[in-house]
Amino acid sequence: MSTTTQTAPGTEAPSYYDLDEHEHPPGASTMLGFWLYLMSDCLIFAMLFAAYGVYGGSYAGGPGPKELFELPLVAVNTTALLLSSITYGFAMINADEQNKAATLRWLAITGVFGAAFLSIELYEFSNLIHEGAGPWRSAFLSSFFTLVGTHGLHVTFGIIWLVTLMVQVARRGLEPANLRRLQCLSLFWHFLDVIWIGVFTFVYLLGVLR
Amino acid sequence: MSDDLIKTIFGRLTLESFPIHEPILVGTFIMVAIGGAAVLGALTYFKLWGYLWKEWFTSVDHKKIGIMYIVLALVMFLRGFADALMMRAQQAVAFNGSDGFLPAHHYDQVFTAHGVIMIFFVAMPFVTGLMNYVVPLQIGARDVSFPFLNNFSFWMTVSGAVTVMMSLFVGEFARTGWLAMAPLSGLDYSPDVGVDYYIWALQIAGVGTLLSGVNLLATIIKMRAPGMSLMQMPIFTWSALVTNVLIVAAFPVLTAVLAMLSLDRYVGTNFFTNTGGGNPMMYVNMIWIWGHPEVYILILPAFGVFSEVVSTFSGKRLFGYTSMVYALIVICILSYLVWLHHFFTMGSGASVNSFFGITTMIISIPTGAKIFNWLFTMYRGRIRFELPMMWAVAFMLTFVVGGMTGVMLAVPPADFQFHNSLFLIAHFHNVIIGGVLFGMFAGVNYWWPKAFGFKLDKFWGTISFWCWVVGFWVAFTPLYVLGLMGVTRRLRAFEDPSLQIWFVIAAIGALIIAAGIGAMLMQFYVSIRDREKLRDFTGDPWNGRTLEWATSSPPPAYNFAFSPVVHDLDAWHDMKSKKAERPTTGFRAIHMPKNTGAGVILAGLSTVFGVAMIWYIWWLAALAFVALIATAIGHTFNYDRDFHIPAEDVVNSEDARTRALQQAGV
Amino acid sequence: MSADTHGHGHDSAHGHGHHDAHDHHGGAAHGSRREYWIGFLLSVLLTAPAFGLVMTGVISDPRVTAGIVMALAMVQIVVHMIYFLHMNTKSENGWTMLALIFTAIIVLIVIAGSLWVMYHMNLNMMPGMGGEMSSGGM
Repeated sequence: MSTTTQTAPGTEAPSYYDLDEHEHPPGASTMLGFWLYLMSDCLIFAMLFAAYGVYGGSYAGGPGPKELFELPLVAVNTTALLLSSITYGFAMINADEQNKAATLRWLAITGVFGAAFLSIELYEFSNLIHEGAGPWRSAFLSSFFTLVGTHGLHVTFGIIWLVTLMVQVARRGLEPANLRRLQCLSLFWHFLDVIWIGVFTFVYLLGVLR
Repeated sequence: MSDDLIKTIFGRLTLESFPIHEPILVGTFIMVAIGGAAVLGALTYFKLWGYLWKEWFTSVDHKKIGIMYIVLALVMFLRGFADALMMRAQQAVAFNGSDGFLPAHHYDQVFTAHGVIMIFFVAMPFVTGLMNYVVPLQIGARDVSFPFLNNFSFWMTVSGAVTVMMSLFVGEFARTGWLAMAPLSGLDYSPDVGVDYYIWALQIAGVGTLLSGVNLLATIIKMRAPGMSLMQMPIFTWSALVTNVLIVAAFPVLTAVLAMLSLDRYVGTNFFTNTGGGNPMMYVNMIWIWGHPEVYILILPAFGVFSEVVSTFSGKRLFGYTSMVYALIVICILSYLVWLHHFFTMGSGASVNSFFGITTMIISIPTGAKIFNWLFTMYRGRIRFELPMMWAVAFMLTFVVGGMTGVMLAVPPADFQFHNSLFLIAHFHNVIIGGVLFGMFAGVNYWWPKAFGFKLDKFWGTISFWCWVVGFWVAFTPLYVLGLMGVTRRLRAFEDPSLQIWFVIAAIGALIIAAGIGAMLMQFYVSIRDREKLRDFTGDPWNGRTLEWATSSPPPAYNFAFSPVVHDLDAWHDMKSKKAERPTTGFRAIHMPKNTGAGVILAGLSTVFGVAMIWYIWWLAALAFVALIATAIGHTFNYDRDFHIPAEDVVNSEDARTRALQQAGV
Repeated sequence: MSADTHGHGHDSAHGHGHHDAHDHHGGAAHGSRREYWIGFLLSVLLTAPAFGLVMTGVISDPRVTAGIVMALAMVQIVVHMIYFLHMNTKSENGWTMLALIFTAIIVLIVIAGSLWVMYHMNLNMMPGMGGEMSSGGM
């Protein structure tokens, strides 16, 4: 067989083989793939919210939201997480501008806010447990701890990821692979803040209003 | 050693955990040990470990991974079928005061394991393996979007299978049925390891499945050959697209429910308990929110296979491609609106039941449309009754009956009679065997030559086919009859002697199916032995219509030396009819991902973690967990994941193909 | 969906080497400082009143408060989507948006469905709750 296949812009014979193909750039699917994973994570939270919706009033004779939730603390928490979102945003902007030092600084600040969020949450959880309102006390508390705790676990993994990325950026700079990873963490981090909106609204605020 | 120290080291694992007093298990173990030793010994003797590790276990090639998935499915199928034979035997003899040979404790594990294995470790890997192998080829791609993740997903599934198999010899398995309903699966009623085996096997395998779903979805969206619009994708790829949407949307639900169940069991939460505000009905609700999309995850790829097979072996374009696509999409959405039909009798009342009954009846319509499209494809086609087509015809006749019994079950008042009777069992086996399994068999016979370079032997394949079809009907028609008479599922012994004849017929049916399985294994053996006679030289043994048939059989590692450019549906058929010439020079180096052992290691650590959690060996669980995270993080520090296949290698394999095509006179 | 099928469609997930300084479009996660500040400010403006209303209890009817709080949350989620997650219809040729909408629909179905189903289950099946098989059924 002779090689008579041609790429044919403008001629009649359509080409059936891409003789001049550009390789898929590495990581071409990464953002979409991560977004799809995030959507699946959304569904885990949806089930936890559904459980909270069903069990939210099942106090089993024990304490309910009004007795247990300290809204001022939650407000501080919420502020910390929201601030961490904007500081991550600044990290991304600096990453786009290839400013490694500033990126690392903003990432570090984000991590600090995230750690603050987690510390407050752990403080809250340990108080509840000491007051006898642990996750085993009632279905309401089971679903509360699981929903809020799962969010907290995600934040924890996010911080571990953040620290890892800081090391990788420090070592290898803001190369394309690291930029992709920062993008993915960015989606993850903001998405956690979106979930938190749901948590502080439906669990804390509405819980106290019941 | 003090008791406390032993408990700390071994958790709740004790010498009593090994079932040395159960003859059936001891016998099984001896057989497995001998067989296992023989296999391991042969691998060592023929020095195959290096080959296996380098070429298969660490491979990130979607073709190899697809094959491994199907091998796993077939191996686990033998275990699941053994469970089926045991059940049939037990139910056939347990009359007239006889208690049968399986004590209740054991029998309950058998039917649970049968279901868990068949769904999670046979059907799912089979379907995943097929999609993995075929989809990148059909869309003209070189691999999936995330090849390492693909390898990792496979090994996580293996981890789950290993965990379930381990329960046979260490401890015991769940005795709750394949969905482990609460409160039976809670700590109060199942305090032992069985349900924990169930939970961890499924959670670990579930991670693999979910990531595989993300992977294939991204692949289909992003990696299609130039010119292939969505409505020019092969219909199998469309069904894979919808299936993976379902996977991504459904498996998180399973993860969440099982997590809540495990919190109940490990931490003492009150999600599904009878006290403390818990509600077991919520378990049922949530598990079926997953469960219904799951059955569509199983059947849609089979529908995809049939669309390809019917079209190819009728020599015609698929009739009604657009309506087939819309049917898939409609099924996708509707599958989230029917889940309550699995528990009409739990007591939600008439308004809720009516809603879900109606949606269930509606969802049968797009499937019906598909059946008609297949028939219209066959009409006035030039039909060749190769094995895949035989399986397709058997599917149409078998599955439709199962679908109709499904519509019967969809009517809530009728379901109050059928629910949890053998009628239900007959229905879902009817659609799973007639639909999913026949589809997988059709797929294997259809794509085997592509994967291995030679066709499957038709003689033994035909024997297997007839044994399966006849065997299925002999095995399950009696169950329809028994179900209509009111016999409940999962019973171990019976008092009404007039039922026995039906169970005996069903057992005979199971034996006929067993012959079918034997014939299939024979088919594999004979085909491999006679592979030169069955050799496929052109890469297109069936006169196919889609791009996978444009490659050699088996395809080279890189699939396509040059990306095909697509102009129409049935792209390969289009290329053949327009006499597109295959380029024979100008080949370049090709960018490919590297093999890696990280997937095996991560899955291995996950297995250790799961087993440690099952047996309450907390120190080991913590260690394994930390090692898992550390390995995962360590893996991310490896940025060197690709290489290039040198241009000379590409030239060599393409020249070989050119010669083969010339020899075949193409 | 558009026919842009080839992997490296240049208006979507592009390699981050080549983009203009301030003119970001199509990419998944490029924002400007201004956008982040707007998003942050809006979020504060939507969060503080929610907490304030509940903590001070100025509105006597808790259902009205609940309604306002939920509405504020919905709006804030959209704000986050736009300003932080840079959600738009062009990202990945619209697949990002489609995935989001599909997920939102499923989330709605599973939450609303579960609440509806469990409400009826509890009504009919929990001891002492009455309402079982009363005249006219459900």
